[in-house]
Amino acid sequence: MDTAQAPPESLPNRRIGERIIEGIILVAGISTIIIVALIFLFLLKEGINAFLDIPLRELFGDRWYPIDGIYGLMPLLVGTTLVTIGAVIIAVPLGLVAAIYLGELAPQWLREILKPLIEILAGIPSIVLGFLGWVALAPLIQNAGADTGLTAFTGSLLLAYMSLPTIISISEDALYAVPKEYRDGSLALGATQWQTTWRVVLPAARSGLVIAVMLGIGRVIGETMGVLLVTGNAANMPPLGPGMLFNPVRTMTATIAAEMGEVAQGSLHYSVLFGIGLILFLITFVVNWLAARLVGVSGARTKVGGQV
Amino acid sequence: MQPKISLQNVFYTYADETEALRNVSLDVLPNQVFVLFGPSRSGKSTMLRLLNRLSDLTDGARFQGTVLVDGRNVFDKSVDVFDLRRRVSMVFAVPTPLPGSIRDNLTYGLRMAGQRNGSLLEARVQKSLEQAALWDEVKDRLDSSAMALSGGQKQRLCLARSLAMEPEVILLDNPTSGLDPISTSVVEETLRDLVSQYTIVMVPHSVQQAARIADRAGFLLDGELVEVNTTENLFLHPQDQRTEDYITGRFG
Repeated sequence: MDTAQAPPESLPNRRIGERIIEGIILVAGISTIIIVALIFLFLLKEGINAFLDIPLRELFGDRWYPIDGIYGLMPLLVGTTLVTIGAVIIAVPLGLVAAIYLGELAPQWLREILKPLIEILAGIPSIVLGFLGWVALAPLIQNAGADTGLTAFTGSLLLAYMSLPTIISISEDALYAVPKEYRDGSLALGATQWQTTWRVVLPAARSGLVIAVMLGIGRVIGETMGVLLVTGNAANMPPLGPGMLFNPVRTMTATIAAEMGEVAQGSLHYSVLFGIGLILFLITFVVNWLAARLVGVSGARTKVGGQV
Repeated sequence: MQPKISLQNVFYTYADETEALRNVSLDVLPNQVFVLFGPSRSGKSTMLRLLNRLSDLTDGARFQGTVLVDGRNVFDKSVDVFDLRRRVSMVFAVPTPLPGSIRDNLTYGLRMAGQRNGSLLEARVQKSLEQAALWDEVKDRLDSSAMALSGGQKQRLCLARSLAMEPEVILLDNPTSGLDPISTSVVEETLRDLVSQYTIVMVPHSVQQAARIADRAGFLLDGELVEVNTTENLFLHPQDQRTEDYITGRFG
């Protein structure tokens, strides 16, 4: 009876300790949400005038001449879109193939050398890569026949290179997380290495691969200093057509970086730059939302049974 | 009678110098259940993986000796390893359905082998599920995810997945681990029924299971094949002291 009645002495203490830890985790979790909300509110406060004072038609016009008070964002939107799409088209297939090689085909010793090297690439400051692009890459593009080496394509190449380490490293982690039993099961049924990778490992790693690609795209959209150096910074609409990529463009991020130092605080130009920031914020938000949906959809599909 | 499988002086050493198999010689007769038992890490799984060359995938391991299936050296250059794995199929201890539906799992091996004939695939789905005693439980939900099956069902699904290939030899690495007694006896009965059409090499869950299910059995200890005999002789009149100690539970 005695032993049943006396609770262990440490129990109340442990409860308090548990509560404190839970509290700390809760604060940490909520604070990130609050900070993101504050950033959004700040951008909104500083940038809202751009949307209120300039007619939308003008704001999304195709001429960007801030000195003359003309704030048409279209050239910047097109610049960012061109550079981003170009970079994604280059980086995603290359990154996934590299990850498949590393995760599925490369011998253990080679993987142990390559993986840390690739992760070091992710740590190179973008301005250093931008400088390299300016000195080494741009002349190559010009020699290949473009009017100038500083083009959207140059930016795409550079950004693709910058996002590759992210895409490769996270994709490889996702492939690595696929249980060995899946591969054994597939191979034991007489499937080849490639069939196993394509039909079993990649579908099983899909959610991780989507996240890798989305983080890579996030890096591309947000990148500033590198593209500032190599895209030529001409805020003009490139002529429509396949040659678009080989014209100088200016991205939204580069515009903010280049012009923020020169504007008077509170001026319309200042608001417009913050408005651009707001648009970038929303784009990031949409990319993340899409990623979450894709991951969610693939999760649900596994449940109802996607094709092996 | 020509043995279905024959190992001659087989040595197998892993990259970390673990000697998994030491001078193992063994014949497995067709249409028999051959059970390979012994303590953990005695080389049983290694031996199974050698028979359909899943062992090829192990980095840095060294192999010596001869492995014959139907009198043909499986390591011969003219052997198509993917064809070999279709003829000598393997079911693993942890039943892991591939991501996808029940039907996808059953047709996967055939589709990967280039089989496109829909009615043949359908026929194999039903036949293999019936052989694995799973048909009645899943016939109404062949398109739902294989992940949702219970442990025992998954195990029989993985068995059916191998049977759908219509192999000649089935290798089973502890196929009843983690199963309750009822599921275990269902799987055991299934295997006894299948042996008239297949040759089965199995690592059992326990000595008792080995005695229940085997036609012939071999006792493996630290990579050494201590003793091989018919089930009755091996379990009732073991020749080697170590075999007797193990089956009477004195160590292991």
